[in-house]
Amino acid sequence: MTRPVVSRRTVLGAAAMGGAVLLSGQGARAQGAAQLLNVSYDPTRELYRDFNASFVEQWKARTGQTIRANASHGGSGRQARAVIDGLQADVVTLALAYDIDAIAGRGLIATDWQSRLPHNSAPYTSTIVFLVRKGNPKGLRDWGDLARPGVGVITPNPKTSGGARWNYLAGWAWALRQPGGDEPAAQAYLAQVFRNVPVLDTGARGSTTSFVQRGQGDVLLAWENEAHLAFAEFGADKFDIIYPSLSILAEPPVAVVDRNVDRRGTRALAEAYLQALYTPEGQALAAKHFYRPRDPAALAAAGNRFPRLELVTIDDSVFGGWQKTQARHFDDGGLFDRIYQPGR
Amino acid sequence: MTPPTAEPGWARALLIGGAALLLGLFLLLPLAAVFTEALRRGWAPAWQALSDPDAVAAVRLTLLVAAIAVPVNTLGGLAAAWCIAKFRFSGRALLLALIDLPFSVSPVISGLVWVLLFGAHGWLGPWLQEHDIQIVFAVPGLVLATIFVTFPFIARTLIPLMQEQGRAAEEAAATLGASGWQTFRRVTLPEIRWALLSGVLLCNARAMGEFGAVSVVSGHIRGETNTMPLHVEILYNEYQFAGAFAVAALLALLALVTLGAKTLLERGGTPRSLAA
Repeated sequence: MTRPVVSRRTVLGAAAMGGAVLLSGQGARAQGAAQLLNVSYDPTRELYRDFNASFVEQWKARTGQTIRANASHGGSGRQARAVIDGLQADVVTLALAYDIDAIAGRGLIATDWQSRLPHNSAPYTSTIVFLVRKGNPKGLRDWGDLARPGVGVITPNPKTSGGARWNYLAGWAWALRQPGGDEPAAQAYLAQVFRNVPVLDTGARGSTTSFVQRGQGDVLLAWENEAHLAFAEFGADKFDIIYPSLSILAEPPVAVVDRNVDRRGTRALAEAYLQALYTPEGQALAAKHFYRPRDPAALAAAGNRFPRLELVTIDDSVFGGWQKTQARHFDDGGLFDRIYQPGR
Repeated sequence: MTPPTAEPGWARALLIGGAALLLGLFLLLPLAAVFTEALRRGWAPAWQALSDPDAVAAVRLTLLVAAIAVPVNTLGGLAAAWCIAKFRFSGRALLLALIDLPFSVSPVISGLVWVLLFGAHGWLGPWLQEHDIQIVFAVPGLVLATIFVTFPFIARTLIPLMQEQGRAAEEAAATLGASGWQTFRRVTLPEIRWALLSGVLLCNARAMGEFGAVSVVSGHIRGETNTMPLHVEILYNEYQFAGAFAVAALLALLALVTLGAKTLLERGGTPRSLAA
């Protein structure tokens, strides 16, 4: 009877001690340094890992203060939702202005946020390109080829993924530019393309993994930087990157979350963080991770890393801005719902 | 001559072979795959992935969450099982159903309820913000979600055993003048200790491995609110497959140690509890 009691006490004591050690460790970590949280979207993981390390050094050199720069990544819409629900972001760096507008709509960010930093608060841009199997066996050169029968197209779901909306809109803009291109023709074209989609993942990274790792489909519609990353990670001998005749200019915006920084007293730090994205160092890091820098010098330094192609913006007359585009194409009952019926 | 209770040889071979095949295919093979993938590029990258500061923080956080959630659930599970097995009261069926609730709802819901309660726009959100208390997207939220998801393990292990044992021994103790606490410590607890430990270990295994509910309330801040299962997902999505599998292997190892401890305890415990 005595033996189990003793052993139970020992076990409980060990557990309590373990817990205490863990707790004290946790406390020390939390007190150590001022912290900054950047809530971002999926494809920027590698960019902000580098940028955060460089910013921590810059800040230390400038102020002598040691800080921790943390990052959180996920689907852009989901991350915006988390910030609205109370995730203590100091800055948000998301895929769409629409998502930051959603946060501003709840009063966490001033509504004029987009005019507070240069270039519509988008320090870098990106576009949509095609990633195809090595040698481009299906001969896919432009958007029109995606609608051909027997071509497997991999793209995430525009309902859940910011990147997928850009994919869809780039195809839309291309179809309108074709001879005799009007809206019914563009709808028919996109319906054909989505008939070629075997699986709609929920996010950009999921689609990349489907295409690259599981070998599904003939072409991946991807962010330029995702395509280059897959290229670098999995070997240039497996894939080719194809630049279509026209694509869309994505301007992923950044903003300080006013209510959070004012409560946490981190406004100066957060503002310096975003401004650092516009410095030559920040722009060079963006280019290194295949985001198109705004600074002409950084763009020139990147050489032929970013081929020129015609880019339409979301404010072009064919779209008329995010609010309008979202309501028309992607809200429930919108054009995308009419075009895409699974299992057809 | 085969004994009348035995199946013919071919049937036994078929059944045992089938079970072994299923076990191998669905349990052993994936487990083996995790460890092979982890060590595909040798020990050095695996060790590097495990000693990365974010990975170390994830391991600490996972152990911390389990160290809080498991004792809380041990007390709560004991109390619930005690009530249900030893007493008859109105609402008993409801309590039983409530205990099963975390098993029956999706983990996503188990996470979302905390966001709806404690999120910035949740019921208690404004009050919490005024007092500068952060629950969701911080450690308390992770602990709450884990407690919720793993609550049934201990109660569910104890209830059948305690019901089977009935209340005769407790009634005898009460007749002899033992206080409630004395009865619990000297009569009830020794009877159920092995089942309790096994429930605790199962609860611990799940607490460390929980993904869905924790993912909803985590906020995914690296080095701060990422538990091991979340860290595995992050590494996988960053094409660091060897690292992802290394952390997954460590997680699997923790679960295996837990299950091994449970098996050992049961082996030591069976004769005692049968004798009791």
